[in-house]
Amino acid sequence: MNTLEIAPEKIALPKKPATRPVSGSVAVLEAFLAEGVETIFGYPGGAIMPIYDALYDYQEKLKHILVRHEQGAIHAAQGFARSSGKVGVVFATSGPGATNLVTGLADAQIDSTPLVCITGQVYAHLLGTDAFQETDVINITTPVTKWNYQVTDATEIPAVLAKAFYIAKSGRPGPVLIDITKNAQLQQFEYEGYTPCDHIRSYRPKPIVRKEYVAQAAALINEAKKPFVLFGQGVILGKAEKEFKAFLEKSGIPAAWTILGLSALPSDHPLNVGMLGMHGNYGPNVLTNECDVLIAVGMRFDDRVTGRLDKYAKQAKVIHLDIDPCEIDKNVKTTVGIWGDCKETLPLLTELVNAKTHPEWLQKFRDYQEQENQAVINKELRPGSTEMTMGEVINVLNEITGGDAIIVTDVGQHQMVACRYAKFNESRSNITSGGLGTMGFALPAAIGAKFGAEKRTVVAIIGDGGFQMTLQELGTIMQSGIDVKIIILNNHFLGMVRQWQQLFHDKRYSFVDIASPDFVMLAKAYGIDGMHVSDRQDLREALTTMLLHPASYLLEVKVGKENNVFPMVPQGCSVSEIRLS
Amino acid sequence: MKQEYTITVYTENQIGLLNRIAIIFSRRKINVESLNTSPSEIEGIHRFTIVINEVEDVVKKLARQIEKQVEVLKAYYNTNEQIIWQELALYKVPTDVIAEKVKVERLLREHGARAVVIRKDYTVFEATGQREETDKLVEVLEPYGLIEFVRSARVAIIKDSHGFHEKIKEFEREKPGAEVIENEYLDKQAEVFSM
Repeated sequence: MNTLEIAPEKIALPKKPATRPVSGSVAVLEAFLAEGVETIFGYPGGAIMPIYDALYDYQEKLKHILVRHEQGAIHAAQGFARSSGKVGVVFATSGPGATNLVTGLADAQIDSTPLVCITGQVYAHLLGTDAFQETDVINITTPVTKWNYQVTDATEIPAVLAKAFYIAKSGRPGPVLIDITKNAQLQQFEYEGYTPCDHIRSYRPKPIVRKEYVAQAAALINEAKKPFVLFGQGVILGKAEKEFKAFLEKSGIPAAWTILGLSALPSDHPLNVGMLGMHGNYGPNVLTNECDVLIAVGMRFDDRVTGRLDKYAKQAKVIHLDIDPCEIDKNVKTTVGIWGDCKETLPLLTELVNAKTHPEWLQKFRDYQEQENQAVINKELRPGSTEMTMGEVINVLNEITGGDAIIVTDVGQHQMVACRYAKFNESRSNITSGGLGTMGFALPAAIGAKFGAEKRTVVAIIGDGGFQMTLQELGTIMQSGIDVKIIILNNHFLGMVRQWQQLFHDKRYSFVDIASPDFVMLAKAYGIDGMHVSDRQDLREALTTMLLHPASYLLEVKVGKENNVFPMVPQGCSVSEIRLS
Repeated sequence: MKQEYTITVYTENQIGLLNRIAIIFSRRKINVESLNTSPSEIEGIHRFTIVINEVEDVVKKLARQIEKQVEVLKAYYNTNEQIIWQELALYKVPTDVIAEKVKVERLLREHGARAVVIRKDYTVFEATGQREETDKLVEVLEPYGLIEFVRSARVAIIKDSHGFHEKIKEFEREKPGAEVIENEYLDKQAEVFSM
């Protein structure tokens, strides 16, 4: 018998995956489901209509929030990502839809927020013809995305989206934009299912930690008399809050935060000494120039944190833990750089450091804190004047919420005040536009933050200027029925610019006097209840009413017109030259 | 001190990557003196050769920023002493002048140029060398009616490099290699513990 004559059915051929014909649009939505996406923020338009058509059949599985402007969609997705720790997802159409995303992309890029944005694009055969609503989205967004890619053939979609999610959330997170031509959305192809991506040859999100560097850092810390920890959002993005706390508690080192690191460590933790930077606390700024070992964890030495670089912590040995090698030695020269995910590197470091306390050194922070209390904080939180201060609003809010709310801030004076005085018990509770300083961020970001953490109270604190930049998103609140509390701290000025004009431009108030509509009436027009408060005696009750209200609520608080935020490190000055008034 | 640095970048072949790399320089208002893309010693991997005039500290940061791009495998930077480099130049000269003046042909030969095309109206010469050499020939030819001149981007070989064949293995899933963040104090314990 010829041994080669085996019945064909007995030969174990590699199984071809079962395929089914689907459109590119369906492949996009299937990818979302496979990645665990539940909420999409978007706005339809011509070039993304096939995807929206497919979405019609996915309404049970994917929640789509219709915003009022694409900038609102992307800020909402940012808020969602920041409160939930998941990837925020955005749909926008080609041309103006896509260009309206640019501010949010830049914001997400500089604040390391994981996003996947899908933009529609004209048919591939029309690319480069100045077709209706055609813009070169890939080239426009290249500087403000971690990665972007244009799909012109539907068969690419599963693999490209898998790559997009992987890149957005791994390593130092960031925004990814995928531009899909209309023909690719419509194209039917044999779909083989979705395989998540976990490796790209040319991309190394997480290095192998070099333990000799950790050992050297530990040796430095163990020798230190006045060690000082600075922490940023890296602790939150790395989901390393516990590891960070364990490191602090063993080493006994005082720690100060950047505004993006805020809430990674509870406000009332005894080693939490406050805020860094231009409007940060007195002690952390002054003592940066007195510590002997500076340990930076997941922060990037932004100029608003360092002030004048050539006079920044020159006396200190610097240890920098970061997942992005570009950050090490970028602004501040390090003695020991530890490249890695702080979730991994912090426990290694904790193991090697000696258990210690630094009572005298910690006392120095407390002494400076006392000076700051007397010069600034007491009168900000409990002012004797008739005008209300932003700080006292935050202070009363703290008392009512107990520090359990998510606070979303916009940009300007109210942002600095909120970051300075808001109390937090839990991580992922402070959401603000830090690096880019995007006015108009808070309202849409608060909407997204609530979708990302539906069980938590979300309070947006916004200035009268910033609110007017994206107030159309009240429509999104109205239609989605989401519960967001909005506090407008109205000083009738573009306050931060006015403060600078007062201090550095001889009080020449150039175009900072901004008129506002009746915000409460405006909210009413959108079916949102609200109230004005201009008397201190009504504040607590108004805040309580707002928080107890079963739906969204807008509270406008009239605060002093010409209050300034202090302390302040004037631009171009060293952190130790911080001014209390 | 500013000096010429040659940045060698190994990348995947991806549309748009040239722009991603180019804007790293333009964002910082750094002029790119020369930029070449070509295949590398490994199939499917591209090699960019970029020349800029900068101080080392800036070049180091630029190389890291380039390497951070998703499709970039590795970026190296080197001074001129650390590389072997060449540029190619073409010169178009009227043929009658060459024919009349024997001296010109001698000059060309002295500068290592060779004729690529000889026509009745013009002759095209090619010379390969470093910047000063190809520049010198422009000077030499100008009095003889140089019609056109063009020079290619720099291509460079790193003297110390063992090529990318071994390195590429570190990028595969199975055998990831540990990258190093330079730590000037490593192995210099005395300097670190000087408090």
